[in-house]
Amino acid sequence: MARIGVFICHCGTNIGGVVDIPRVLEAAKEMPQVVFVDGNKYTCSEPGQASVREAIIENQLDKVVIGSCSPRMHERTFRNTVASAGLNPYLLEIANLREHCSWVHGYDKEEATAKAIELIKMAVAKVSRHEALFPKEAGITKRALVIGGGVAGSQAALDIANAGYEVVLVEREPTIGGRMAQLDKTFPTLDCSACILAPKMVDVGQHPNITLRTYAEVRKVGGFVGNFEVEILQRAKMVDHTKCTGCGTCWDKCPEKVDSEFDLGLGKRTAIYIPFPQAVPPKPVIDTDHCRHIKYRQFMEEGGEGKPPPKCLICEKLCPAEAIDWSQQDEIITEKFGAIVVATGFKTFDYTAYEEFGGGRYPDVITSLQLERLMNAAGPTDGEVVRPSDGAHPKTVVFISCVGSRDERKQRSYCSKVCCMYMAKHAIMLKEHDPDVQCYIFYIDIRAGGKDFDEFARRAQEEYGALYLRGRVSKIYQDCKKLIVLGEDTLMGRPVEIPADLVVLATGIEPSDGAAELAQTINISYDTHNFFVEAHVKLRPVETQMDGIFLAGCCVGPRDIPESVAQGSAAASKVTDLFSQERLVTDPMVAVIDAMKCTGCMLCATICPFNAIDSQTTRDGRIMAVVNESLCKGCGLCTAACRPGAANLRGFTQQQLLAEVTSLWQ
Amino acid sequence: MGSVYSYYPGCTQLSSAKEFDVSARLVCRKLGIDLRELEDWTCCGASAAHTIDELLSIVLPARNLQIAEQEGLPLATACAMCYSRLKIAAHELGDAAKLDQFKEIIGRDFHNTVQVVHLLEILDSEKMSFPVEKPLQDLKIACYYGCLLTRPRNIVGFDDEENPHKMDKLMSSLGAESVEWGFKTECCGASLPFSRPDVVLKLSHRILYHVRQAGADCVAVACPMCHSNLDTRQNEMKAKYKDDFELPVLYFTQLLGLALGFSAHELGLEKHFVDPRPMLKSKELA
Repeated sequence: MARIGVFICHCGTNIGGVVDIPRVLEAAKEMPQVVFVDGNKYTCSEPGQASVREAIIENQLDKVVIGSCSPRMHERTFRNTVASAGLNPYLLEIANLREHCSWVHGYDKEEATAKAIELIKMAVAKVSRHEALFPKEAGITKRALVIGGGVAGSQAALDIANAGYEVVLVEREPTIGGRMAQLDKTFPTLDCSACILAPKMVDVGQHPNITLRTYAEVRKVGGFVGNFEVEILQRAKMVDHTKCTGCGTCWDKCPEKVDSEFDLGLGKRTAIYIPFPQAVPPKPVIDTDHCRHIKYRQFMEEGGEGKPPPKCLICEKLCPAEAIDWSQQDEIITEKFGAIVVATGFKTFDYTAYEEFGGGRYPDVITSLQLERLMNAAGPTDGEVVRPSDGAHPKTVVFISCVGSRDERKQRSYCSKVCCMYMAKHAIMLKEHDPDVQCYIFYIDIRAGGKDFDEFARRAQEEYGALYLRGRVSKIYQDCKKLIVLGEDTLMGRPVEIPADLVVLATGIEPSDGAAELAQTINISYDTHNFFVEAHVKLRPVETQMDGIFLAGCCVGPRDIPESVAQGSAAASKVTDLFSQERLVTDPMVAVIDAMKCTGCMLCATICPFNAIDSQTTRDGRIMAVVNESLCKGCGLCTAACRPGAANLRGFTQQQLLAEVTSLWQ
Repeated sequence: MGSVYSYYPGCTQLSSAKEFDVSARLVCRKLGIDLRELEDWTCCGASAAHTIDELLSIVLPARNLQIAEQEGLPLATACAMCYSRLKIAAHELGDAAKLDQFKEIIGRDFHNTVQVVHLLEILDSEKMSFPVEKPLQDLKIACYYGCLLTRPRNIVGFDDEENPHKMDKLMSSLGAESVEWGFKTECCGASLPFSRPDVVLKLSHRILYHVRQAGADCVAVACPMCHSNLDTRQNEMKAKYKDDFELPVLYFTQLLGLALGFSAHELGLEKHFVDPRPMLKSKELA
């Protein structure tokens, strides 16, 4: 006979306000093998835990049920409590009386109390069949993978590398730097973005502990915390970076000009290129979709009809280092890592969904990121703000906020957080570029929460004369050279019509292309907007539900630069924290196969999403399944699939679950 | 083909917009679309009912929905206003209490199952091809949808509400050039010509001004009221704004009819205030 103790937490009024706890305790007393019951205002508090500890010792309890919040919240806390009283921590069962009961049944206290009693009854039945479990230990590869080389990823890579661990930084673009590299100035200090970012980028490029893999993508992630196995696709750069000196002759002379992605279509780049002058690595790649030689080569190989494309080998002929390497091909590199930081950043909302703003038909309706490029001294216009249509200097500029933010109709319900501030910055900067400019800003609310932010937004209005109009724009249309902006000033209660030279749309933040696919590859959660989901939104903001995988920057949600940097550092500290351990303790709640029952059908191996089941031939020639405990995540799929019932999940055995269910009618 | 629809002409189609009705029936017959006029149909309430009484604005069009339901066919209409009222009535009657109230008022059974379609949805160039006899070459058309056809989006679900394309695609498939312009769904002043003619003149003038800016030869419309405001007031616009547009305003069914080989007279082209025939003749289309 076990000696089970039942402890019920009031959670303030969260549970106690709905569930009649004295009645639940009364009922619990009568349950089989229960020898002790107690209630507590806050069981997770230090005195609460102490009372559980003392009760276990005084009453010689050997199994414990705690009725409280979700095990996702405090399972670890209470396992430690139980362990501190000398019990095996797995001899504990939590009945979720908050999320599964009081929070959802607040309208009916009577029913909630009845349900709470049943939840406790089930937990008692289950825990009576619990056995002591013992975690195992595994080695740890002390190398980190950082995915994404924007400011968040770069910061994470630098901090981990500075702590003395090896880092591989994988970046999809030919350079690191991310979105911040495209910005001209930063709010609210008007620091030059490139000037503060470039030194960090150079540090990343030159750090002895950091291996930079640009023009590369993560394809597959296997393994588990401490022992991830990652496949990285390294795209062919067609340039041998070990020979290239970055002298620039090739991109100066390349005859093929295409729209620059970095300048958002406002400028041109060549087919062999670095995206911008401060690129890291400062060495070019060849865009194989546009390179004349590659096109010529493909044409000849395929034996195409008609006139072949022009021949060209200018870069190869001119390269003093003989670094052009036409033999390069995409390759898959497999490496081992102990931890992964995901910092894949954001892209801006595609405003062509807004037909009322022209849906992309008017060349002088641009995005705020395009305006950054126009204002930037290294941008396509050398820092002159001109209209894309005719190169004229705009005098009347209208800004429209919340384009792809706070708009349910465009499935973007969230606030992108940075737009109010960068619009104020743009209004200030435009006035500094040209004192004759008049800026109008259509806004819903001015969200300027942050250090020196509100003062900055006020400066845009009071010192730089930006006119803020509270309301939405209903339509933009072209009339000769002017863009007529029709909107509403809801404070004055009247329609407004502004003939503008340039309209700037404050396009919102959304996750980078391929975010959902990456999340599926590495098995982390993402929300309806494809932002990655934190392990706990408040208390574990840079962790994921997957041990050893951490998050930083805008891939989690809209953030500004300091927040992204802080998150990069936070994720790095989580990684170094992990790497400070010599061995990792693994969860013992994994699947186990009963050799006596296994028929060797191997259905479980087919079903297992983590490839954690191997086949093994016994001495008498029988085939049977065995679980690789370090790969098993304890999902339980194999136990459901196994026909002879050989697979079982420790901590959730068939016997335990059956006891739980049958307790309901006993 | 052989598609069969109940057809709701609407009041204006039998009076001031007779040429819309005539041309709609002509082109549909030629294309094998069987439009069966609804028995005993009544006015949908148009622009008046919903400004006076909400219940009336639902019951009037719904009465026609009830007749159509008995026929068991989808209900087609050419008029944007009728389309809007019928769609909104069907949407409102999704509410069980309102449906019961309606059934009690008319004393007949109704299950609100009728699918309401606008002729532009039936004549979808992406779903059918047209036996064009006379391509509308060299003709630049500004397609004007008006405010009712595309709004409210969650109820009518007709194309993009800011920049629709169904009519443009139809015109392009007939060989015409549909111009890009920004006033496809702006209001023309609707039913205000009697109470606030100044407003109608201002709004309609703005629309035609932008038609001209876009370089179009004529306007294609799908609404009798839009047609009336744009077609009949160009003299007043000339007097007030000194803009002599002389811009023909045609129903899209008339342009389709021209391309299918019908004559100007058959399509009622002589019925417009701004005679489109000289312009069409200059392009050898009439």
